Amino acid sequence: MTARSSAIVLSNIEHFPGYTITRHLGLVQGSTVRAKHVGRDIMAGLKNIVGGELKGYTELLNESRQEAIDRMSEQARAVGANAVINVRFSTANIAAGAAEILAYGTAVVIARGEE
Amino acid sequence: MDVLIALIFAAILLTVGFVFGSIEQRRHYRSIKQREVDLRDILLFNEKHPPPEFAGQPFALVCGSVVMGSDHFRQFVAGLKAIFGGRLTSFEAMLDRGRREAILRMKEEAGKMGAKAVFNVRMETSTLSYSHEQGNGKAGLACVELVVYGTAWCAPGEVKPHGV
Repeated sequence: MTARSSAIVLSNIEHFPGYTITRHLGLVQGSTVRAKHVGRDIMAGLKNIVGGELKGYTELLNESRQEAIDRMSEQARAVGANAVINVRFSTANIAAGAAEILAYGTAVVIARGEE
Repeated sequence: MDVLIALIFAAILLTVGFVFGSIEQRRHYRSIKQREVDLRDILLFNEKHPPPEFAGQPFALVCGSVVMGSDHFRQFVAGLKAIFGGRLTSFEAMLDRGRREAILRMKEEAGKMGAKAVFNVRMETSTLSYSHEQGNGKAGLACVELVVYGTAWCAPGEVKPHGV
């Protein structure tokens, strides 16, 4: 999904035909809390006059999700995994204008080929 | 006098929302329909087990997201409708557009890595709050994030839908 975490393969399924999971290394997670800045808020306020997609926020949340994924991959790499499976996302609104994005999954060592 | 100015301002916002919102919606739906046709050969499943044809092929997580906001006219209409209950068509259209757009973005990402199918597709909707409207007691405009994600798989050669 990204260049920085290219070594770690991500997936949200847990059974992989044609692959074998050789080791389970436990839960890894990454999260980030982001606030939108004033400029974006004003732009979104203007965009709200016509409605439709609020590109500033889409971008912001995409960046945050990427950040959370990168942190999760970092953790996975630290424990010696080459993949994170069963990845889940969750978003929480903690205050007006601030959102937490959380990504979590199971770090594993996966290899091609059936057992 | 102040009341009159406020009324005129509200009327302008409603009209602008109605006219430009409708134009935007029509344009967006045209673009969505076109891209849905272009990307129809990438198959989506929400089951967890890829069929044996996909065994050993590369896979990756793909994700698409959109933040959609309502405009003043649609918010106003929905507010009126909510008195009597029933379908809020203006919000239905907004969420439908957003979700289809998110699916298309996910499919585009899957297409870039050469995938033929996406498994375990999950959809999530979360409400985002607004800071600049909450101070004066207004509820603020509807604003939602639609996220769609799944695992894209490449396939060797031609792929038929699972079970066919």
